[in-house]
Amino acid sequence: MKAFRAQWAAELNLALRQPEQLLVSVGVPLGILVFFSQVDVVSFKGAAAVDYLTPATMALAVMSTSMVSLGIGTGFDRTYGVLKRLGSTPLGRGRWLAAKVATVGTIEVGQVLMLGAVGLALGWRPPSTWPLGLVAMVLGTAAFAGIGLALAGSLPALANLAATNSLYLLLLLVGGMVVPMDKFPGPLSAVAHALPAASLSGLLVTNMGPEDFASGPLWLVLAAWAVVAPAIAARTFRWDP
Amino acid sequence: MAAAVEVSELVIRYGDLTAVDGVSFTADFGAVTVVLGPNGAGKTSTIECCEGYRRASGGRVRVNGLDPITDHHRLTHIMGVMLQESGLPRHQRPADVLAQFAGFYPDPHDPAELLEQVGLAHRGRSVWAKLSGGEQQRLSLALALIGKPRVAFLDEPSAGVDLEGKLLIRSLIAELRADGVAVVLSTHDLDEAQSLADHIVIIDRGKVVAAGPPAELLRLDAGEEVRFGARAGLDTAALSQRLGAPVSEISGGEYLVAASGTPALVAQLATTLAEWDVTLADLRAGRKRLDDVFLRLTGETSAAATGAAAVPSTAAGREAS
Repeated sequence: MKAFRAQWAAELNLALRQPEQLLVSVGVPLGILVFFSQVDVVSFKGAAAVDYLTPATMALAVMSTSMVSLGIGTGFDRTYGVLKRLGSTPLGRGRWLAAKVATVGTIEVGQVLMLGAVGLALGWRPPSTWPLGLVAMVLGTAAFAGIGLALAGSLPALANLAATNSLYLLLLLVGGMVVPMDKFPGPLSAVAHALPAASLSGLLVTNMGPEDFASGPLWLVLAAWAVVAPAIAARTFRWDP
Repeated sequence: MAAAVEVSELVIRYGDLTAVDGVSFTADFGAVTVVLGPNGAGKTSTIECCEGYRRASGGRVRVNGLDPITDHHRLTHIMGVMLQESGLPRHQRPADVLAQFAGFYPDPHDPAELLEQVGLAHRGRSVWAKLSGGEQQRLSLALALIGKPRVAFLDEPSAGVDLEGKLLIRSLIAELRADGVAVVLSTHDLDEAQSLADHIVIIDRGKVVAAGPPAELLRLDAGEEVRFGARAGLDTAALSQRLGAPVSEISGGEYLVAASGTPALVAQLATTLAEWDVTLADLRAGRKRLDDVFLRLTGETSAAATGAAAVPSTAAGREAS
């Protein structure tokens, strides 16, 4: 427990001291929420923009922390031999992973509270199903962390950086996090719906926002990603630089 | 008591390449064992096998009686490891990372005291990326020692470290030995090996070519020779006759007598030089430097070996194996 706490504290301390990471994990979702809820660029089927954007940007925040921050940080740790160095200490892989998960979870709680508070201040009124959104966030975290770690555990740090950021941008656009999915043409919509980003944002804007998507398929897709992506990461992850 | 480290008939293969081919040695508690060898000799592979990073293809490795792979978690509690070229996150601070690693062990050193000991007290709040190569090495050493290890594996600990840092690292290693820690250290640095080692294992092309205390290794090659320096151009034929042994001038003013340095020989040499009114610049008998032994055993050309021994960190740092 002491080793886990030491690692968690160190991870959290490092994460909070990196301005560029905070910009991606907090600045971008918050900026999108405030900007697009105040400036009428994208319409949201008559609902107040903030009602859609608050849960949608929460989905974005979950993706940026669990996939981008976790994946890029872990990729550099692996390439620079940090993981190898930790490998000869009593910390162990299990507690290392637990500390990573706890760090991601802690940052996500902060992000969701902040986005929620700003959303409420701007007029967001979540429906009573909102706790289901928290469940979706947990599944989404598992799915995105699996993707982030699968890339981090197999690509060199800089290739991982490029791949993860590109994936983030792509999923941001086709994940229903800024632009609602019903604006997409049919084929793109079908592909987008099979991805974890759209299923997470769909579940959040339905349970915490104004949408009324059929939840069943979204839960199935997200749960599948939450199982498959970490399993792939566990099988392919290399600890050596 | 069991040896701290027992390596017997260790074989490590990478595909078709046999990097380590039947290496055996032991390292004791309270002693510094130096694994010496040229680049790609198999030093790092051997040590990483002891640390549990690599599986042996054959043979047996035990550290304090533990199997480094199957008993790895227990091993981590008594082992301190300083790897070659292993980093930390760019933004990590020395004081923070020492406190973090201290949290992994039941009875660690005080992080602030250890930081002081490795001479980094004033750099505690800097970040890893801003530390010099030598400072990074010293922090890595501190991280290897924070858990009060019983066995310390140090791979090239003073690579890239300035003279002051080297002396500091040597004194820390001497303290470890005094505390009963088994120190296993790999190096290219012959001076370091000669000054620190209780036991030297010389590895070349995956095999142990010599092992023993430094004095014994030097005797191995004590050879029948006396070297002396004096003014250039002495009459070596006449001198050979006086000494009853062949004398040659190997370079200007540097002479080699192919005989052992018996009192009689040395006395005769001194007498002859006195008669000729020649001042002796220096005189060495049967005590070669470790460099000579090393070069002969590993069969390297002297130019290549001098390069390997003289280039401190990065160029010589990465083992091919």
